[in-house]
Amino acid sequence: MDFSETGILSFHGIYGIFALFLPGWLAYAVTCGVLAFIVINAMVMSTALYTWFERRMIGRFQARLGPNRWGPFGLLQPFADVIKLIVKEDTTPSTADKIVFAISPVILFAPTVLTIAIIPFGENTFLGRLNIGVLFLIGVTSVNTIAVLAAGWASRNKYAMLGSMRGVAMLCSYEVPMALAITGVVLIANSLSLYDVVQAQSVPFLIVQPLGFLVFMAAASAEMSRTPFDQIEAESELGAGYHTEYSGMKFAIFQLAEFMAPIVTSILAVVLFFGGTRGFDPIPGQLWFVIKVVLVLFGLLWIRATWPRLRIDQIMGFAWKGLFALAILNIFVIAIEVMLFQDGEGNITTRGMWTMAAVNWVITIAAIAIMVNVLGGKKLERPTPKPSPLANMYAEAD
Amino acid sequence: MLGQGTEASLLADIVFWVIAVSSIIAALAVVLLKDLFRAALFLIVSFLGVAGMFVLLRAEFLAVVQVLVYVGAISVLIIFAILMTRDVEEGSPANKFRLPMAIFSALFAAVAIYVAVSTNWNTLELAIASGAIAEETTAKITEVYSNTIPWIGRLLLRDFVLAFEVASVVLLAALIGALALIRER
Repeated sequence: MDFSETGILSFHGIYGIFALFLPGWLAYAVTCGVLAFIVINAMVMSTALYTWFERRMIGRFQARLGPNRWGPFGLLQPFADVIKLIVKEDTTPSTADKIVFAISPVILFAPTVLTIAIIPFGENTFLGRLNIGVLFLIGVTSVNTIAVLAAGWASRNKYAMLGSMRGVAMLCSYEVPMALAITGVVLIANSLSLYDVVQAQSVPFLIVQPLGFLVFMAAASAEMSRTPFDQIEAESELGAGYHTEYSGMKFAIFQLAEFMAPIVTSILAVVLFFGGTRGFDPIPGQLWFVIKVVLVLFGLLWIRATWPRLRIDQIMGFAWKGLFALAILNIFVIAIEVMLFQDGEGNITTRGMWTMAAVNWVITIAAIAIMVNVLGGKKLERPTPKPSPLANMYAEAD
Repeated sequence: MLGQGTEASLLADIVFWVIAVSSIIAALAVVLLKDLFRAALFLIVSFLGVAGMFVLLRAEFLAVVQVLVYVGAISVLIIFAILMTRDVEEGSPANKFRLPMAIFSALFAAVAIYVAVSTNWNTLELAIASGAIAEETTAKITEVYSNTIPWIGRLLLRDFVLAFEVASVVLLAALIGALALIRER
């Protein structure tokens, strides 16, 4: 992770202050700690704000008000929530594996924060410029399955266990189409570095490869396990899923990780598909980034507010029969196009990008139409379920 | 990059020792703990330690692949296998392979330590310093080290494409085998 050129708040500026009274290596470590502290707290604060935004918006979608009592427009509601969660009693089941029970919220929270370390928020605003950025994202986000399993196991509660089993099955399945969808981006950008991905988007990849974008968004919304994919905590079936037994601050950390996930997902979508910091001139790149992130967040929220929850078999079928096939198709098409349009140094001209976009939109619409007909056709063949005789005792026996 | 200048290399040394000690302790815990689930979690810690070692060796790609494959996939598989096992609460039962495996691992560790200690790892730096390698070659080496990913790709998909494809066929066979096992008769 190279801080030497430029860095957020200027790494050298902070390092210089600490180097006055600390030995160099300690100043280096402390500077890294200070930057991490700032960035993590910024993320936590924006998550708190986001919970307010989401609850207000969902309120509007459901024709009610949402939290509006505390502060102007209810803006202080997140702080009231946090205080409530901190003063709540922190219970641990007597049979639970206490150490694993305590650390699993942290295991879930850590990878979400780690992804922020490599995001280019602006031309010179980033923590690390990693040349394996995209792989780092996929690798780090795959750790959260462990946390979900550990939380479910440590609780010694069958609903928690069932919830975490389902959740892990779903998270593992959706990692595959997500990684494959990102592969399309890497193919065009010709680099795994997120900075290079942003630089390559003379035309946003949303336009160049709509199929990859749709697969990515579907898989990513499953990865953050919110409606329509909130199988992990299907309230009506499982209590609250893997965090059934959690309360107090541990539950708060789970909620924090859960609400931070949409923000991280939107940031990734903006970097990979919306051109990141690119925009036109009077507005600086960082502001463009924030505007795009808020727009994507609103889109995710809209989906969350309007779709019903899917059944577990529908979710798994959708991952393996639908998204997986579409992602493979996307990789093939993009690879062939990159072969055709790339020049000797691996760059693609803007004109080439637009040609690719035209071809890909046709392919996307055709592929999705075929997919809907193939997968949707099966739905008609499903046998109508017979009601159990116990379900209605007074029904006439036949 | 860490490892340049004495102060940065001191920090790298500290990081090295933290990672080394914690991954060895985690590896010991995997073998010694009675609770299988905790043993699996410690296995993950030692995998992460290995990934950290790869980062210190400037093999970031390998480090991330280590996390992706071993932490994200294989340990999930192991944990699922543990959850499906009956009598997990009993812990890992003793078996008759304990003594042979102890001797084998001691021998293996002895060989590995001998090789690691007796090999001269700084050959490249010594050669560059003595001027035995031409200027262009040194520049090339620096270029490869700065971004190893294109070279890994080139090696995997051009020079060693047969081995790569054979590995994928093996994985496909495993996939089909798994499907055949769970098929309804």
